[in-house]
Amino acid sequence: MGKVLAIVLVIIAIASAYPIVAHKFSLPEDISTHGHAIDDQLNDTMIEAGVSFVAAQIVLAFFVWSFTGRKAGSPLKNFPGGAKVPVIAAFVLVGTEVLALGVMGQKAWANVYFTSPKPDAIQIQAQAEQFAYYFRYPGPDGKFGAVHPDKIDEGNQNYFGLDPANEVEARDDIVSGELVIPVNREIQLLMHAKDVGHSFYVRELRIQQDFVPGLDLSIHFTATKIGKYEIVCTQLCGLGHYNMKAYLNVMSREDYDKWLKDQAGQ
Amino acid sequence: MSESSVEQAHVHAPPEGFIRKHVFSLDHKVIGKQYYALALVSVFTGMLLSWLMRIHMVWPTQQVPGLELLSKAGAPGGIITPEYYLSLLTMHGTLMVFFVLTNAPLAALGNYFLPIQIGAEDMAFPRFNMMSFWTTFLAWIVLMLAFFIPDGPPISGWTSYAPLSAVGKDAGPGMQYGASLWGLSIGIFCIASLLGSLNFIATTLDLRAKGMTLMRMPLCTWAWFITSCIGLLAFAVLLPACILLILDRHAGTSFFIPAGLVISDRLQPHSGGSPLLWQHLFWFFGHPEVYIAILPSMGIVSHILINSMRKPLLSAKVVIYSMMSIGFLSYMVWGHHMFVSGMNPMSALAFSFPTLTITIPATVLTLLWLGSLYGSNLQINSASLFALGFISMFVAGGVSGFFLAQPSIDIYLHATYFVVGHFHMVMGVASLFGVFAGTYFWFPKMTGRMMNETLGKLHFWITFVGAYCIFMPFHYLGLIGNVRRYQSFVDDFMAPYLGWHKFMTIAALITGGAQFIFLFNLIYSRFKGAPAPQNPWKATSLEWSIPSPPPWNNFGDKHPVVYHDPYQYGVKGPDGDFIMQDSPVQPLPASRD
Repeated sequence: MGKVLAIVLVIIAIASAYPIVAHKFSLPEDISTHGHAIDDQLNDTMIEAGVSFVAAQIVLAFFVWSFTGRKAGSPLKNFPGGAKVPVIAAFVLVGTEVLALGVMGQKAWANVYFTSPKPDAIQIQAQAEQFAYYFRYPGPDGKFGAVHPDKIDEGNQNYFGLDPANEVEARDDIVSGELVIPVNREIQLLMHAKDVGHSFYVRELRIQQDFVPGLDLSIHFTATKIGKYEIVCTQLCGLGHYNMKAYLNVMSREDYDKWLKDQAGQ
Repeated sequence: MSESSVEQAHVHAPPEGFIRKHVFSLDHKVIGKQYYALALVSVFTGMLLSWLMRIHMVWPTQQVPGLELLSKAGAPGGIITPEYYLSLLTMHGTLMVFFVLTNAPLAALGNYFLPIQIGAEDMAFPRFNMMSFWTTFLAWIVLMLAFFIPDGPPISGWTSYAPLSAVGKDAGPGMQYGASLWGLSIGIFCIASLLGSLNFIATTLDLRAKGMTLMRMPLCTWAWFITSCIGLLAFAVLLPACILLILDRHAGTSFFIPAGLVISDRLQPHSGGSPLLWQHLFWFFGHPEVYIAILPSMGIVSHILINSMRKPLLSAKVVIYSMMSIGFLSYMVWGHHMFVSGMNPMSALAFSFPTLTITIPATVLTLLWLGSLYGSNLQINSASLFALGFISMFVAGGVSGFFLAQPSIDIYLHATYFVVGHFHMVMGVASLFGVFAGTYFWFPKMTGRMMNETLGKLHFWITFVGAYCIFMPFHYLGLIGNVRRYQSFVDDFMAPYLGWHKFMTIAALITGGAQFIFLFNLIYSRFKGAPAPQNPWKATSLEWSIPSPPPWNNFGDKHPVVYHDPYQYGVKGPDGDFIMQDSPVQPLPASRD
């Protein structure tokens, strides 16, 4: 039965690696400026992890095959070099590769989090709530009106709790259920959670950031391809979590300007 | 060496009467079996919950006969609602992590065998031990009560993030009393675990028999000892976290709730709290917890493999130091659960490096197990199959950690099925394989009967292949961006992948079904199994020097004296190729290259 285990291990190793090697499951297309560094990092890691996985299963299979069902009285042997070999191999192989990946990977992380948004980045406020996203644009005056939680009124579509009657800046704010942005322009998303924790995840943008109640966070990114992409919630937020989604609508500059004008006119 | 332990007074009197013998027992062996039984009930319940989740996900209109009796609101007409899916998910995770993976490898098998393996008559504090089990049982009752209250179990996941878990009923179904029962249950569980850790540590340090130096303890004993040390600090942080959560929910405090939250159209009457504080407290416990789940199985598998190979590992000391390193490093990595949580992105890098570094001792262990197989005389039986399967599973689940440890890649993979595949394989399945191996190995000692080998092998094959079939696809789905904790996939993006979800569900039903073979084998063999010799595996550690099952005080009136480390295999002994720890026979130099 040891021989059977060895064969099964090899089959499992090959069957598990096949879908990856054959590119049956690929990440969706990358439409961001920073995403290629993440994708490169992921591909490098896949090679390292994949080789480690397959090699370990095959070595296990080989040793199980070779050392089960031996004749009685067969001499026992120690692996040449003894315990020194696993220890040194672990430190050298894994230590350098894994830490190298970690060091190399810093750049991809830094691109997202350690750079400041450009001075001319378009600021859009995103509010996550049970179970929808709303996006607010400052309008022609370029200023966001203040937010008043006690004025929030879902029934009257005042999702942000604005007070246009008393505040000038709030009067021209544009609220949209879709995140509409121009292509190839940096966006700074100012993130606010109305109730519980949520998250902003756009696979194609290679962006994922939690909304944290009480913390106003911002992220910035640039989309490089026109199209509609799902924004999905990945932080368990209650019974409607599975249904909490919006769309990122990347438009040409002309279409975006026209959209803004139309929204402002309403 | 502890001379005092040789002449120790009896730790407790011989048990008399049914209640003292079988219910409120001070005997670590009975307590170990009680923990095992609780873990067994919990694992089958948790498995059933996962079946309900998977069935709902791929056949959402499927009626589950009888489920409406458990929850009229959650499953009207037997059809699971979206919110009930989240309740099932929460209870599945909570039961499995706490009541199975913390109980079975450590509290059950460790309680039974640690005292015997060090040559002690019982644990240092038998009354604390009894209290640990019954407190754990109370925690279990409190948790299970959540199924039977009108609003049902909580929907906030086993991680119970604030403010969803902290604000009370405005957050949704199950969040009024269900979530409080959760917090209370886990708080009680923490107390039980702390008592257990204290006992294991004191026993290991103080009650070793003459000649049983620390370095002569079996590797599973070392694993139980190190795990208990980890548990002491980890549960000591989760307990106050649960108390703070309950205070936020019922005493109007705001540890985890900031100002200005509008939930269910109500402005919440809280201010000043931080949701991230909950995450830090929880994961400061939660990461060491996963090592609490896996370390005992590493020790058990090492111990069983050596016996099956008829040859010691290349170095037991390296195994011990690796396990210690894993325990130490486990406290430095908790932020890798929080890379995109909004904490300072600089800390992401600080947490990433120890996370990558912990790969080193894990790899040392894996390469050591593999290298030790070379030149051995490997015996195949149910126990050794699961031990070998553990190595395969641990590697398979572990390599996906390379991805998640890097914050940049985690931006994409966080909260996808990739993470779910990772922790199920490396923690869930691997740890359970250690428990299975330990069960097949030690059942003869605990009961005096052998388990059925044919059923054991059948159990192994279906479980091993089945577990790969279930959890490998989780990784692929994660790569394409399949988000977790969704009760169904209602969008176009996921439509091409629903076939894989069906495949995983069917694999889960079959693999889960095979666990009933194990259950049947356990119960049948307990009564009808072939009588077991005292040392059926020709093993060396002290448990094999006493009758099966052992007498109430383990060693009778004798105090064992230990002459060797527990891995004298491949030597010329009085009964074959091994020398037992308590045998004064000195090994002849081994003929080995």
